[in-house]
Amino acid sequence: MLGDRRIPDGGEVMAMTETRNRDEIYKTDHVTSIWWIVAAPAVWAVHFLASYLTAAIFCAKFADSDRSAGEVQLAVMAYTVVAIMIIAGVGWSGRRRHRDGHDRSPHDGATAADLRRMIGLSTFLLSLLSAVATIFTALVFYFVGTCH
Amino acid sequence: MNTDAPGEASDDDRLDVRLDDRAKRLLDAWRTPTGWRYWTAVNNSEVGLWYVVASFTFFLFGGILALLMRIQLALPDNDFLTADQYNQVFTMHGSVMMFLFAVPILEAISILLLPEMLGARDLPFPRLSAYGFWCFVIGGVFVCGSIFFGVAPEGGWFMYPPMTTEYQTGVGVDIWLLGLSFIEVASIAAAVELIVGVMKCRPPGMQLNLIPLYAWYILVVAVMILFAFPPLIAGDLLMELQRSLDWPFFDASRGGDPLLWQHLFWIFGHPEVYIVFLPSIALIAMIVPTFARTPMVGYGWIVLAAVGTGFLSFGLWVHHMFTTGLPAISIGIFSAASQAVAIPTGIQLFCFIATLLIGRVTKSVCLLFTLGGLATFIIGGLTGVMVAVAPFDYQAHDTYFIVGHLHYVLIGGTIFPIVAGVYYYYPAVTGKQLSEKLGRYAFWLMLVGFNVSFFPMHLSGLLGMPRRVYTYPAELGLGTLNLISTVGAFVLAIGFIVFLYDVLRSKKNQPLVPRNLWNAGTLEWLGEVPDKPWGVRSIPIVESRYPLWDQEDFVEDVDAGRFYLPDAEEGLRETLVTSVVDAKPIQCLRVPGPTFLTHFAAIFTGGVFILSTYHWYVAATISGVLAFITILVWLWTGTAPIPEKQEKDVGRGLTLPIYVSGSKAVGWWAMFITMLGDMTAFISLVFGYFFYWTAHDDFPPNGSSGPGWIWPSVAMLTMLLAYLATLAARRWNRQDHAVRFYGAIVCGVVLSIAGGLAVLYGPWTHQMDPTAHVYPAIVWVLAIWTALHVVLGVVMHLYCAARRAAGRMTARCDADIVNVTLYWHFLMLTTAITCLVIAGFPMVAK
Repeated sequence: MLGDRRIPDGGEVMAMTETRNRDEIYKTDHVTSIWWIVAAPAVWAVHFLASYLTAAIFCAKFADSDRSAGEVQLAVMAYTVVAIMIIAGVGWSGRRRHRDGHDRSPHDGATAADLRRMIGLSTFLLSLLSAVATIFTALVFYFVGTCH
Repeated sequence: MNTDAPGEASDDDRLDVRLDDRAKRLLDAWRTPTGWRYWTAVNNSEVGLWYVVASFTFFLFGGILALLMRIQLALPDNDFLTADQYNQVFTMHGSVMMFLFAVPILEAISILLLPEMLGARDLPFPRLSAYGFWCFVIGGVFVCGSIFFGVAPEGGWFMYPPMTTEYQTGVGVDIWLLGLSFIEVASIAAAVELIVGVMKCRPPGMQLNLIPLYAWYILVVAVMILFAFPPLIAGDLLMELQRSLDWPFFDASRGGDPLLWQHLFWIFGHPEVYIVFLPSIALIAMIVPTFARTPMVGYGWIVLAAVGTGFLSFGLWVHHMFTTGLPAISIGIFSAASQAVAIPTGIQLFCFIATLLIGRVTKSVCLLFTLGGLATFIIGGLTGVMVAVAPFDYQAHDTYFIVGHLHYVLIGGTIFPIVAGVYYYYPAVTGKQLSEKLGRYAFWLMLVGFNVSFFPMHLSGLLGMPRRVYTYPAELGLGTLNLISTVGAFVLAIGFIVFLYDVLRSKKNQPLVPRNLWNAGTLEWLGEVPDKPWGVRSIPIVESRYPLWDQEDFVEDVDAGRFYLPDAEEGLRETLVTSVVDAKPIQCLRVPGPTFLTHFAAIFTGGVFILSTYHWYVAATISGVLAFITILVWLWTGTAPIPEKQEKDVGRGLTLPIYVSGSKAVGWWAMFITMLGDMTAFISLVFGYFFYWTAHDDFPPNGSSGPGWIWPSVAMLTMLLAYLATLAARRWNRQDHAVRFYGAIVCGVVLSIAGGLAVLYGPWTHQMDPTAHVYPAIVWVLAIWTALHVVLGVVMHLYCAARRAAGRMTARCDADIVNVTLYWHFLMLTTAITCLVIAGFPMVAK
C-alpha cells in the first residue's frame, strides 16, 4: 500500500534503530513545552488588544477637537516594536529547534528529537503569521491618524 | 515499514476469532446496557451516536424552516407567512442551525470518533458527555417547540437590543436567552471533555508531532469554545436581568448601551464561525490522506493554520459592527485582522490540494463532497475578504449579499465536509457502506441546488434587497432572482432527501464491509466489523502519524492484546492517561459506567432555565436545588474513588498508579479548563463595566457614591484569609493533620461567608438601586457574581471535609482538596478584580 512511499535513508534507519524497542520510546526524558507554539500568537493578541483599547479609550476620552490621534500612533509604534522583537525572538528560537541536526521535515519520527523539531517548526511558522498580523494592525495606525 | 492491508481479512475470519478469557472480561466491563437500560449508557460510542442523530434532526428542522422562508420569498408580495411568522421562522432557522446543529455536530462527531482516533477506550469524563447530551436534547426541544405555539423568538439569531429588550415583550426572547444558555453550558462541558481527551488520553508514544490532525483541530476548537461562549453567556445574563428585573444594561436612557450586546455577541459570534468551520476542515484532513494514499503534506503548516486561525478569529468581531459609527481606527484594525485570517485559512487549503496532487487519488463520494465543499468555501471566503473591506461592507451590510456570503462559507465549509465525513465514517460506525451511486446523485443535486439558490442572493443583495424582510414589492425587480433562489433551495433539499434516504434505508441484505474499508492509516480504523464496545482490544504504542500504514504487524498486535490494558481483571472500565507533550503513560484511569444520574441532573438543570423563562422562580429554585443535590451525589459516588490498590500492571511489564492528583490528573485539568471559561465570562462582565466608562461621560454618574471602599476592602481581606485557610487545608491534609485540616476548613467557611456578605454589603449599604442607572446595575452584577462563586467555594470546603470524614479522601488520595484549591485560586482572582474595580475604579475615574 504505502511501502513505496519512500525508501529509508541512513538517518532514518538510525532513527528507526533508536526506536526499535517500542517500550522504550516513551522513556524519553526531554520535555518541550506546548506553550512555545502559542507564544507568538499570544503576543499578537496582546498587541492587538492594547492597540484597540488605546485607540478606543483615547478617542472616547482624550481626543482634541481636531480628532487627531497622534499620541495613539506613537503608542502603537512602541507596542509594535516591542511585539515584533518578542515574536522575532520566539520565531528564531523555533527555527533553531526546527533545524536542529540534519533531519528534514516532516518531523514525523517517534523520537524526542522530532517532537522538538516539530514544535520548533510550528513555533516558527506561527511567529511568521503573528508578525504579519501584527504589522497589519500597526499599518492601520500608520494610514489612519484620526479618531473620525 | 509496510503492513498487509488490514481490510483483506475476510469477515468470517474476523467473526470466528475466539475470545480468550482476558478479552471476555474486557468485553463484560464495556458491555452496552440492553433493553430500556440502553439509555443509561455513557460510553462515547452510544452518546456520540445519539448526539449525531439529535443534531441531524435539528438540522432537518432548521432546513424545513429555510424552505418555508424560500416559499414566502419566491414571489413578490407573497402572503404564505405573516410578518410575525416569518420573523419567528428566520430567527429559529439561524439559531437552530448555529446552536443546535453546527456546534453540537462537531461535539457529536468528536465524542464518537476522537477516542477511536486516539486509541482510547473512552473520553475521560463519559458521564459529563452524557449530561451534556441530555442538556442539549432538552434545551433543543424546548427552543424548537416554541415555534409550534407561536411564541418563538423573533429577534434574529443575534437578538439585538433595544428591539429585544423593549419592543418584544413575549417570552420568545427569554426562550432564546435561557434555552440557548442552557445549551451553551452543554457545549462548554463538551469542550472540557475534548480538551482533556486530546491532551491526556492519547496512546503511549503518540507525542504531539504524531497526533492525528483532527485532534489538533479539535483541541484548538475546544479552546475557542472555552473563550468564545462565556462572553455570550455573560451577555445573556445581562439581557435576561434587563428583561426580568429591569436592570438597564442596554437602555440608553438610563446610561446603558445596546452596543455592549453587539460586542459581547460578536466576541462569541465571530469565533463561532471558525468553531463550526475548523472541525469540518478537520474531517477533510482525515479524508484527504486516505484517498490520496499518502500522508498529509505540511503537517506543521496545518498546525500553524489551526492555531493561527484560532487566535486571529478573536480579532474579527467588530467587522460585524462596521456600520455602528465606530472610529475609523477601530474599524481599520478589525478590517486588517479580517484580511489576515485569510492567510492561515488559505494555507490549509493549499496543503489539502498539494496532498491530492502528489498522491494517487482514488475516486469516491467522500472526495466529491470534500472538493465541492472546498470550492464552495473558497467562493465564500473571497466574498468574506470583500466584506472585510469596510467601504464595501457599508454597501453590503444587512443585504442578501451577506446571506449569500455566509451560506457559501457555512455550507461549503461545514455542511459538505460533514456529509463527506458521514460517507467516510458510516462504515466504521455501522459496518455497512452508503451507496456510491446515490451519493453521486445527492452530491450533484446538492451542489447545483446550492449554487442556484445562493449565488443569486449576491445579486439581489447588490440590487438592494435587505435581509430579514418577509416580503418585497414587485416594482423592485427582485422577483426573478428570488424565484431562482427558491427553485435552487428545493433542488438542494431533494439532494438532502436522497442522502437521508441512503443513510436511513434498510441495509439488512447488504454485506458487512471489510475492516478498514478505505485502507486508512489512522487508529479509528482499528475497529472490528461488527465493532466491539471496548473501543480497542489493547491500547497500542504509536510510533507514526499513520500507524496502520507504517507500523509492522500493528493490527495483529492490537488484536492479540499484545499492547496495554488487554484485560479488565477487576471488571472495571479503564483507559490510559498519558503526559501532555510526549504521551508517556502516567495513570490507569478508571472511568464510570452507565447511570441515570446524568438524566436527572440534566432534567433538573433544564428546569432552572425553562421554568425561569416563564418567571416561575419558586419552581425554578426547587429545580435548581434538586440539580445541585443530584450533581453532588454524582460527584460523591462517581469521582475520584479511592482504589483498592495503588498501582496496577497494565501489561508489558508496566505498572501505573490508579489514583493521581494535581496536574497529572484529568480532574485537575477539567477544573482548570472550566475555570478558564468561568473567568472569561467574568472578564466579559468587567469589560462591560469599562465599556460603559469608555462610551459614556456619565459613568460613574455624578453624585453616585458607589459601593465605597470600606466593604470591598473588608471583603478582599477576609477572602484572602479564607484563601490562605484553603491552602493550609490542602497542606495539612497532605501531612495527615486531621484536626488542623478540619480547623482550616472551618476557618475557611466562616471567613468565606463573611467575605461573601461583605462584597454584597458595599452596594447594599450605599443604597445602589440597580434599576435607576446602569452604574449600580453593573456593580451589583459583579458583586453578585463574586458572592455566588464564594457560596460555591464554601460548598467545596464542606464537601472536602465530608469526604475526609467519610474516608473518601486521604492524605495521599487528595484530588478533591487539590482541585478545590485550584478553584480557590480563581475565586481569589475574581474577588480581587471585583473589589478593585467596584471600589478602586470610581476613585481613579473621578
